[in-house]
Amino acid sequence: MSLAENTPRHIPDRLRSPLQAKLVSWESLLLAVGIGIFIFNSLASPYFLNAWNLSDATFNFTEKAMIAFAMALLIISGEIDLSVAAIIALASTAMGVAMEMGAGTPVLVLVGLGTGLLCGAFNGALVTKLGLPSIVVTIGTMSLFRGISYIILGDGAFRGYPESFSWFGQGYVFWVITVEFVIFAILAVIFGVVLHKTNFGRMVYAIGNNPTGALFSGIRVDRVKMILFLLTGLMSGLAAVCLTSRLGSTRPSIASGMELEIVTMVVLGGVNILGGSGSIPGVVIAAFVMGLVTFGLGLLNVPGIVMSIFIGLLLIGVIALPRLWAMRRKS
Amino acid sequence: MQDLTQKPDVKTQGGAVLKLDGITKSFPGVKALDGVELELHAGEVTALIGENGAGKSTVVKTLTGIYQPDGGSILLNGAPVRFATPQDAADAGVTAIHQETVLFDELSVAENVFIGHAPKNKFGLIDKKAMFDRTTEILNSIGAKIDAHVKLKDLGIASRHLVAISRALSVEAQVVIMDEPTAALSQTEIEELYELVDTLKAQGKAILFISHKFDEIFRIADRYTVFRDGQYVGAGLMKDVKEADLVQMMVGRAVEQLFPKREAEIGEEVLTVAGYSHPTEFEDINFTLRKGEILGFYGLVGAGRSEFMQSLIGITRPSKGAVNINGDVRVIRSPAEAIDAGIVYVPEDRGKQGAILDMPIFQNVTLPSLKKTSRDGFIQLANEFALAREYTERLDLRAASLDTNVGALSGGNQQKVVIAKWLATKPRVIILDEPTKGIDIGSKAAVHDFMSELASEGLSVIMVSSEIPEILGMSDRVIVMREGRMVAELEGDDMKPETLVRHAVGINSTGDAA
Repeated sequence: MSLAENTPRHIPDRLRSPLQAKLVSWESLLLAVGIGIFIFNSLASPYFLNAWNLSDATFNFTEKAMIAFAMALLIISGEIDLSVAAIIALASTAMGVAMEMGAGTPVLVLVGLGTGLLCGAFNGALVTKLGLPSIVVTIGTMSLFRGISYIILGDGAFRGYPESFSWFGQGYVFWVITVEFVIFAILAVIFGVVLHKTNFGRMVYAIGNNPTGALFSGIRVDRVKMILFLLTGLMSGLAAVCLTSRLGSTRPSIASGMELEIVTMVVLGGVNILGGSGSIPGVVIAAFVMGLVTFGLGLLNVPGIVMSIFIGLLLIGVIALPRLWAMRRKS
Repeated sequence: MQDLTQKPDVKTQGGAVLKLDGITKSFPGVKALDGVELELHAGEVTALIGENGAGKSTVVKTLTGIYQPDGGSILLNGAPVRFATPQDAADAGVTAIHQETVLFDELSVAENVFIGHAPKNKFGLIDKKAMFDRTTEILNSIGAKIDAHVKLKDLGIASRHLVAISRALSVEAQVVIMDEPTAALSQTEIEELYELVDTLKAQGKAILFISHKFDEIFRIADRYTVFRDGQYVGAGLMKDVKEADLVQMMVGRAVEQLFPKREAEIGEEVLTVAGYSHPTEFEDINFTLRKGEILGFYGLVGAGRSEFMQSLIGITRPSKGAVNINGDVRVIRSPAEAIDAGIVYVPEDRGKQGAILDMPIFQNVTLPSLKKTSRDGFIQLANEFALAREYTERLDLRAASLDTNVGALSGGNQQKVVIAKWLATKPRVIILDEPTKGIDIGSKAAVHDFMSELASEGLSVIMVSSEIPEILGMSDRVIVMREGRMVAELEGDDMKPETLVRHAVGINSTGDAA
């Protein structure tokens, strides 16, 4: 209580430099894990260090990561969208219907994106206008969206997408660099900038940390959340375009279970599932790590079901290790 | 303590079931209880009286094992006891009916009553029959006509309250503490509660009754004890005391000039509020605020002051009424619009509403001002640090760095961050809701000093406070609210502690209409 001082005390901006902070972060730990897996893979299989194989491997994560970026923002704000894979199914089905009606590639893309946006708007409206918890709303819409796909398609499938439509999922921009990978890279930059460099991103963090405090601070909380649901829907629509283009067909079971892989990617990337913290670089690294693990295990002929065990263990391990380490240091 | 000699003789006649002797309890920066005394007698109701912050709730928590006293002793039937946990207190027969008891909607009445200590059968499972029988017995003993099998969610507020009371009585209680039991009840329910208190008295229980309301204290209490600022002031029999004496004891001190109120030039009207009403929280609020003025809002907790202020900044919508700010009639529908209109609010609940504890100081300060510090929606860190520095240093904030999380600061410094945040928006009107609640003396003085400085610079200040010295020391004018209504507007020589308390509790010993 030294009120005697007349000159105000100077408060420095920071004690640690931003670079120092980055060195001891989740992202660095994850990056180290990723490099470790990369080295392990290149030793374990002679086919790993091959440009074309690695290029193929990126398909393991590019579509998921597109959605994961938007999902990261949504989870940081304290909400979640579990209907994303179902949105892919519905958007893909809508594109199939449009294709049957003779739509060309540009219209197909618009239909895919538009369907995603509509689904996002529906989720967002239920959460922000009615005040329902997003986890419940999107578990509901997850069944709803995919259910519509099943009604339209039954056991059938849409095939025969136009030749030019295959560019999104099968095209290359340059040498081994795929179109999807370029979309992924561009989105990573855009979402990174939005979350870390704009007022909007700051508001997302504020809402996730304390929605009441954010509201009292003049942030239009519902509007921000609505935008995030729209973004997540839009990204799901985009992923639907890429996936449908890559597979060349639409079945109602398309992308099933993908929502959990996306949430896994986001959490592995260091985003707090309870909201409030996380980063896009973290999600980017997590995408690569998950892609490397699946690809490496694939080269070793590990079946898909076993692979999901590895992903699960990886998630638990990477999250539990720092906590265990902190506990040991304390005792 | 100088008051010890004034202790009336009745207190020493023995027969006290429970006795507190020299109980002391400190929290960081605050001495909540400073050597207090309290005696409870079998078959009698003792009223514990004091202003907000006098230490009443701390006593309750000490008696029920939630807090451990730092010093002094608790004597139960003459023997010293220690309540390490609420369970210890319950086992010893001390039970409390809190202002808001946590009940479980989806459980039956009996399960609610016996949650945590249900009777067990020989297999160690809950003996349902015994539980329902005992519950019915307790309900009957307090004259409550409630079926023990009904789920709690199907009961009304009054019945729920009776369930809460039954829960308190489900332990073999010698001492029953009632902490503002009538706060949420209607008049008929209050009458029923009085009857219940009489029943408990007849059963020989010692009752501690905490209330702000003088009419009910005189109605049901046999004895009183008065606390002020965590200290024991006096005790005695109700029949020997008058309202005016109690008010005097509660308020006590002459209001010291702790408060650096500067003469500010009071200018033109800045804000006019007309006929502001809400269906449940407040009704017909009218006032005018001038440039450079500090307007105090006094009232008891629950008088609707915060609810009104939050409505003024668009958190809740008023059902009626308009705001005129600088000659511009507006409807404010959100805090964002309030900020645009130049009205900002420093809430009472710092942790939840005021600050975002897990974010750095500078980000908290700039949150409502991001439009100003950014360029085309992109964050400009240099501008943010500059703005945050300007205002936090002006408030003499103590922090290691501006990127420290607000949650790591002391209460007083957190409050400075919140005030800095709002001043950085350059408001016309700043509303401070209990601005110095729970902060240390040093920060308190800094906040008061600063408030004065702001007013003298032409800002209009509304200060909601339950602390009389603060209200009287800082305000140019005081509005008293009771039960959602403005009951008095006081200026100059009318601003006296007794007058404020009288209006706030709704008594009129002078015979005037309150």
